[in-house]
Amino acid sequence: MGVLDLNRVNSIVIGAGHNGLVCAAYLAKKGHSVLVLESSDTLGGLAAGREFHPGFKTSVAHSINHFPQKIIKDLALESFGFGAPAEPLPTTGLSLDGSHVVLQKDTLTGVGESDITAYRHISRLLQRFADRLEPFWLKTIPRVGIKNLTDLLTFGQMGLRVRMLGKADMREFMRITTLPVRDLMDENFEHDILKAMLSWDGLVGSKLAPRSPNHAVLAMLYRRVGGQHGSVASLIKALVSAASAAGADIRTSTAVEKVLVKADDKGLIAHGVRLANGEIIEADRIISATDPQTTFLKLVGVANLEIEFTNRIRRLRCEGYVAKLHLALSDLPKFPGLRKPGGRMIIAPNMDAIEFAFDDAKYGECSQQPVMEIIIPSIYDDSLAPLGKHVLSAHVMYAPYQHKGGWDDAKREAFTARAIDTIARYAPGIKEQIIQSELLTPLDLEHEFNVTGGHWHHTEFALDQSLMMRPTYEAAQYSTPIPGLYLCGAGSHPGGDLTGGPGHNAAQEILR
Amino acid sequence: MTTVDPYAGERLKKTHFYPRAAPLNIRDAWVAWNGYKFAECYYDAEYEYFCVRNSCATYDICPMQKYYVEGSDAEAMLNRMVTRDVKKLGLNRVMYTVWCTDEGRVVDDGTIFRLADDKFMLTCGSPCNAWLKMSAFGFSDVTITDMSDEIAALSFQGPTSCAVLKKMGLQGIETAKPFDIRHFPFHGDTLMVSRTGFTGDLGYELWVTPELALDLWDELYAVGADYGIQPFGEEATNMTRLEAGFIMPDLELHEALKTIHLEHDQSPLELNLGWLVDFKKPHFNGRIALLKEKERGTKYTLTKLDIPGNKPAVEAILYKNERCSQDIGYVTSAMWSPAVKANIALAMIRTEFLKGDIWVEVYFQKELRQYRKVVKATIVKKQFWTPPRARATPPLDF
Repeated sequence: MGVLDLNRVNSIVIGAGHNGLVCAAYLAKKGHSVLVLESSDTLGGLAAGREFHPGFKTSVAHSINHFPQKIIKDLALESFGFGAPAEPLPTTGLSLDGSHVVLQKDTLTGVGESDITAYRHISRLLQRFADRLEPFWLKTIPRVGIKNLTDLLTFGQMGLRVRMLGKADMREFMRITTLPVRDLMDENFEHDILKAMLSWDGLVGSKLAPRSPNHAVLAMLYRRVGGQHGSVASLIKALVSAASAAGADIRTSTAVEKVLVKADDKGLIAHGVRLANGEIIEADRIISATDPQTTFLKLVGVANLEIEFTNRIRRLRCEGYVAKLHLALSDLPKFPGLRKPGGRMIIAPNMDAIEFAFDDAKYGECSQQPVMEIIIPSIYDDSLAPLGKHVLSAHVMYAPYQHKGGWDDAKREAFTARAIDTIARYAPGIKEQIIQSELLTPLDLEHEFNVTGGHWHHTEFALDQSLMMRPTYEAAQYSTPIPGLYLCGAGSHPGGDLTGGPGHNAAQEILR
Repeated sequence: MTTVDPYAGERLKKTHFYPRAAPLNIRDAWVAWNGYKFAECYYDAEYEYFCVRNSCATYDICPMQKYYVEGSDAEAMLNRMVTRDVKKLGLNRVMYTVWCTDEGRVVDDGTIFRLADDKFMLTCGSPCNAWLKMSAFGFSDVTITDMSDEIAALSFQGPTSCAVLKKMGLQGIETAKPFDIRHFPFHGDTLMVSRTGFTGDLGYELWVTPELALDLWDELYAVGADYGIQPFGEEATNMTRLEAGFIMPDLELHEALKTIHLEHDQSPLELNLGWLVDFKKPHFNGRIALLKEKERGTKYTLTKLDIPGNKPAVEAILYKNERCSQDIGYVTSAMWSPAVKANIALAMIRTEFLKGDIWVEVYFQKELRQYRKVVKATIVKKQFWTPPRARATPPLDF
């Protein structure tokens, strides 16, 4: 597209993560002149494809499990090459003796009849709940105390949709949403691996273990909404194309140093950005796709913020607990008992294993016996590794952002070795296949991707930081206390994962 | 045999001047302030009041909270916290200011001393450490040190106060203007003197290391004997500050951070302290809320009243009419003022009713019998009492 007239930029989006791109695409489609500024040399943020060894590529975010159909349609992402695979990827709970538990779509194998029946029941129940919540992930959650009709209607709808579940379901919904996921599993299932693998989606990416109350069940419901599965690389490619085609100007290696704020007789107004090279770009509005702490504490600066608001941003829970393991492999690894190591494989023999792994991290140590989720994306996308070779990508839990005594190379190497040893117990020949390995601790993620705490969701996806409290009140409707400054990243409702929700909602709010 | 006091931690602490002040507190009239034993009066509040107004008197302000705010970001940090422009505060000068919540409600009032380019002392009535730390977050070079127990402070007020200090050997003290700070050598250390106070009169506040507190007291009282020196307590302070029109915590001001009911705290605009709010500053806490309040007008306005008769209208309700059918506000402080020779009061009045009549329902007692009267008050626009000597430099010699 043509070069933007920098004197007439309507919107600057800071950060070309997927939410930044979604927001930019929506605004550009509506005729805004949009400038996206990305500090790194790649697009997609945590979902950006990156070569960790010559010829071997993957992204930190390695799977999509609920990208909304609405955004795909609105932005015509299919025409830009984003499509769903023929069928969703299976999830496999790995067993040391090769008798794995496999969930393919809604078909469960490797467990007893009673678990299959129970799963059918629970799955339907959770799906009913997830369906009730689904519309609200792509809606601005109004602030409490608001009096305008549209916002009141949103609250009304939320209540009504839950009430419409019927009395029995509604009671069950109220009971389980804040339940520790362990209780839900123990109530319903027998098989240890099944319980652990079903809990996984409630826990991964959070500071949570099976016995933690708060938002594990809510996270399961969030991740259950109907959406698109597919390749991360093609999603980012499609979003970049969609935004560019609509006229957005996307620049890489262009770090924003400050959001420029000036005071007038109404208060404050954000009117532009200063780049790391000193260049100043003025705009009608600044939309930050970076996390709330980076946005407010670093880019805006506390001198322009209210004290109590600053304190709420300061105390956001932003510490990541997931390390990312990348292996460059000379061949496809063999997992005894699996025909092909496809889909998503979970190593967590039982819920205690997850709990004990978390206990180590709670006190500032890496898990002695880590649990993890593995994908071999090169099975589905042969551009990720040289012919015949493969990439293994794993989310390994738990690695605390704040390691006791601080992170160093020795600690990183020890944890890498522990993670590889764990995988090798399930795939005995894998160590001989490793050409190169890389482990990114939450601290590494923070440094490389400019994301506070290396947290997937920018800040913990939890009840205390959700809905009209995400990231905190006065900034939960995508606008902020500073007119002209908006948020559109995972730190805003609905939260993290590759959903485009915050980017979509922020754009709607700006266009409102 | 020693016995352990089971309530040791609960007992009131003694200030650095206590060994000298206690024997003079012949009424044993103590109250508590920030955990310190603190004189309500020493002999008789009215007598002490007249000492402040006619000779000189000391008021122990050790329990007042004092903080050093230091570092290259100290000015920026304070400037974002308080409503006045700290940039305009010169070296060795003091400014009175307030600081507000995000919603523009007053957290507390106090004074800021600029002791160096990058060093300030902030004083206030209630502990403020948590708020200061919260306000300092995000500034890279600023440290907050609670000096409350580390500095002995004595307020020294009244028309003869300057003469006493001069005679004590504080050379050039008479050239100090209101809100000036001076330093004097004192027993191998430094005595800091600021021309500040809470009485609206000529007066100073003396700041010294605790080790020299009693030496300071002794010298002051030795020289002051010929100048009518007398300690004064909380009651006399309350009288003098009301004549001066200063607000008092827990009377005019309910600290915002301790307020539960909606808007039972106050904004600086409501407290008639708009002159402290510098909207020309780019940003400070509460600015956005205060701009909005300024535009729509305050709900209440702190107003000075002159009330007929001589019965102080303590805790009186104000009405729009003599029938008392619509209340429009309430009295926060009231007294018969000997200096003004008037029955004065401060009152919070709903701004919309300031233009109409203001009727006061005064309750009073005569030998246990309760009486009530309704009288029409007059708004006082100017200060109740501003003696030229309070600002005269040099002050009159004695």
